[in-house]
Amino acid sequence: MNPLDNIFRILPEVILTLTGVAVMLLDASLPSPFPRRYLGVVATLGTMFALWGSLFQLSLPEGTGYSGTVETSAFTVFFHVLICGIVLVALLLSLDTLPEDSHHQGEFYALIVFGAVGMCLLTGAVELLLVFIALEISSIATYILAGYRKHTARGPEAAIKYFLLGSFATAFLLYGIAMIFGATGTTQIYEIARLAPAAQNHAFILAGLGLMLVGILFKVSAAPFHVWTPDVYEGSPTPVVALMSTAPKAAAFALLLRVVYEMLPTLRPVWQPLLWIVAVLSMTVGNLAALRQQNVKRMLAYSAIAHAGYLLAAFAGLGSSGIAAASFYTAAYAAMNVGIFAVVTLVSGYDEKLPLINDYRGLIYRSPLLGSLLIFFLVSLVGIPFTGGFFGKFYSFAAAVGGGAIWLAIIGLLNSGLAAAYYLRLAMVATQRLDLDDDAKSVTPHMSPQFGVAVGAALLFAVAATLYLGIRPNWILDAAESGAHTLQAPPTEISTPVNVDAPQSQR
Amino acid sequence: MNEINNSILTLILLLPLAGTVLVALAPERAKLPNWIALVTTLITFGLTLHLPTHFDKMQSGFQFEISRLWIDRPAIFYHVGVDGLSLWPVVLVGLLAPIGVMASWNAIQSRRKLFFALFLIQQTAMLGVFISLDLMVYYGFWELSLVPMAILIAMYGRKDRPKAALKFFLFTFIPSAPLLVAILWLYSVTGSFDFTTNQILIAHGNFPAGALFWTALAFLFAFAVKVPVFPLHGWLADTFSEAPVALAMVVAGKLGLYSMLRFHIGLFPEQARAVAPLLVGLAVVGILYGACLALVQRDFWRLMAFAALSHLSLITLGIYGLTLTGWEGAVYQILNHGVVDGALFLLLGLLYDSYATSEINAYGGLAAKLPRMATFFVIASLAMIGLPMLNGFIGEFLILVSTFIGVSYGWAIAATIGVILGAAYMLWLIQRLFYGPESTLVASKSPDDLHAGHLAVLWPLVVLMLVMGLAPMLWLPIIEKGAHPPPLKSLNNAPLVMPQSAIPVSSHTEGLR
Repeated sequence: MNPLDNIFRILPEVILTLTGVAVMLLDASLPSPFPRRYLGVVATLGTMFALWGSLFQLSLPEGTGYSGTVETSAFTVFFHVLICGIVLVALLLSLDTLPEDSHHQGEFYALIVFGAVGMCLLTGAVELLLVFIALEISSIATYILAGYRKHTARGPEAAIKYFLLGSFATAFLLYGIAMIFGATGTTQIYEIARLAPAAQNHAFILAGLGLMLVGILFKVSAAPFHVWTPDVYEGSPTPVVALMSTAPKAAAFALLLRVVYEMLPTLRPVWQPLLWIVAVLSMTVGNLAALRQQNVKRMLAYSAIAHAGYLLAAFAGLGSSGIAAASFYTAAYAAMNVGIFAVVTLVSGYDEKLPLINDYRGLIYRSPLLGSLLIFFLVSLVGIPFTGGFFGKFYSFAAAVGGGAIWLAIIGLLNSGLAAAYYLRLAMVATQRLDLDDDAKSVTPHMSPQFGVAVGAALLFAVAATLYLGIRPNWILDAAESGAHTLQAPPTEISTPVNVDAPQSQR
Repeated sequence: MNEINNSILTLILLLPLAGTVLVALAPERAKLPNWIALVTTLITFGLTLHLPTHFDKMQSGFQFEISRLWIDRPAIFYHVGVDGLSLWPVVLVGLLAPIGVMASWNAIQSRRKLFFALFLIQQTAMLGVFISLDLMVYYGFWELSLVPMAILIAMYGRKDRPKAALKFFLFTFIPSAPLLVAILWLYSVTGSFDFTTNQILIAHGNFPAGALFWTALAFLFAFAVKVPVFPLHGWLADTFSEAPVALAMVVAGKLGLYSMLRFHIGLFPEQARAVAPLLVGLAVVGILYGACLALVQRDFWRLMAFAALSHLSLITLGIYGLTLTGWEGAVYQILNHGVVDGALFLLLGLLYDSYATSEINAYGGLAAKLPRMATFFVIASLAMIGLPMLNGFIGEFLILVSTFIGVSYGWAIAATIGVILGAAYMLWLIQRLFYGPESTLVASKSPDDLHAGHLAVLWPLVVLMLVMGLAPMLWLPIIEKGAHPPPLKSLNNAPLVMPQSAIPVSSHTEGLR
């Protein structure tokens, strides 16, 4: 066995860790006048390298490393690439928008990269203890990032709220892991899948599954575990929200897919109705609450809850169609959400002088480019065809209909009609003419966003991804499908090589 | 030639998009965006004229067809084609586009780039709806057509723009949710999004009748809101009174009515037959209700909105009478409505630009000041009323005759009363706007009468009204090809459509049981 084999199995994580360490060391050793912005450039380059590392993993035979704790497969690569892509955009966004004189810039970049390590590891872990560790790595980084704006009251509030509730959630997860360990005597996911159907303490497994679901659903901010979301999003710096509303959620959804489809597929009659209920609750609660928001970030937070609901609808799908739909939705959602938070960052600035919906009045006249981008991403969030949002919803609800849950699809699509109301409200405000408006407050000096190269690249990336996913998503679909197949395949088949581009005959 | 026939529809579809890109890239200098949009729409119109000239009238079914795999899983095909039903509507969209550009020429003063870019996207979306033969592609264009429209209303409308835009969007977006579920359900049982495949499978397959009923209803609901059919017309009046003139011309009717013919009755003949009596009833109520409300409006945009409701309901009546004559009349009337409304909206838009009010009572005695405008307005109104020799007559006559013979005397008489009311409100509008004593508003300003640019648009329209009124046989043979009966599982002893003649010979050809 090649001694490098184990390393290759966690190549992106290794690259990201080295990058993070390098950023921290440089931050400590460089003289203080040196602009810390360049540390962000280092982090960006490192993330690009990690992205390459994930793609390199495609050439490895599918399988596990480190004594069956970490897996590489088309599934993990799909999510690795997705997470690295999101982190890349978030870093590019931060490069131009973080104020030059802010302290601890080096830590900021290092934490983003460390968070990415946790998220990547979470998607690859097939050992529940490693899952827990990975989740903690990513969570702790995001807790700190949430409170990065220390001088405001909302920053620390967001961080503490996120930390306390998040710790509870991870405790639930850990407790669930313990229960499952108690019932099966192992924490290895394949082993659990093999032993669970015959396990004697069935009640323990059910309880364990329930507790784990609570922990994971908290992380994806699905109702009724969503209460932290709006406060945390409101208090955190917007580039961080762009990151944490997408990347940790993508990782948590990967974990959820792994738990329900790979670890306990035989318990489908148990988790299926639970996820249905959570899906319907998330959509409805998220959309209804979003209708009443005045603050843009809070509105988008509730919209994120609703989107978690749409995504969970995909879990009603049978076989690989549900997994593929959920993976695809994660990507589509990430593309448009990162995009809209990038626009929000540029409009309201790092210190958020313009947090309210009414502050966006006439945006399209003051800055035609930003206004158009805002409307574009809103249109995608509504789910209009030829944008990523449409195909995300389309595959999710198609999976639900295919799984026989037509009512779920109807509820979901009616909900997206409801959601159109508040997305459009923002769009309408942005297109309102200013001359009708005698409210002087809305015309603030801070409306001339500088388009740096980095922000431009981030926006371009988000727009291109959203359009690509909406117009010709074949590649991403293929990748999601082959990922779904590797997750579905029984562990005995894991030695077959993976080829993402090869079309799968089985549906 | 074959090459052109294969790619003509794709060209028609992509040309406005290319125009959008050009408009977006070009500098916002003087009227440059207007010129780009005008040239693009004129070329598109020219291309759409290729269709009727090369359409094989001997052959039924789709022509100029092209089908390419677009997305592998689920298999979505870029499948486009036209038949007798969709051919003329495509040409109509092509014709109205340059007129819309002309109507916006001076009305849109600022941010022309954005306006014309979105206007051209709207063109692509509408053309896409008419030519798509894959349900998903169709749905895509159907939804896409909402976005530019909503933004244009919000940014370039009149007074209460955001509210009207939101209302328009939500009214038409929410019903398309059941539509999408219905399409997905069809796919899950037939395994295809293809129109023809689905048509055949539904006709011959054994699908649960209950589920098919709800599926058909979901289709119908989405279309009925879009038309709109009474009582789903809540968005119409606001949209008409707020939307920029060029958009009001294109918004109502055509997409919804065509979709009813193609995708509701075309896919679900049995289910359509079951709900047809209801729709006939609603259509007649809509005709009378729209006409009565049009009589009491004080704002000419709202008057036009309710007049449109009345006319669109008449077309719905023709469609759900389920007779061949009725269908011919319906498609013909869709074209008439487009042409006549195009002219009327252009003229009213000019009036609004000059006097900045749509209050009917503020006007009066315009004929002396603007004789040309008065002439054209009267001609277009007469065409709308259905004066013989003008186009409205043919369509209304076909629809009413088919109702008399194919549906029932009662509904036909009620519908005819609605048509008479139509004459009343239009003639009264003419009287209040153009005749009588000169009002203070009219006396206070003396705007220019129609200039050469307007005449260049209006003359062809008026000639078209006359030709369509005198020589309907130029249009009807192609429409007849499309109005073929869809495959039926069981004919139930009552034929879905009548024998192929404009006036039926047998008194037993009841379209409805």
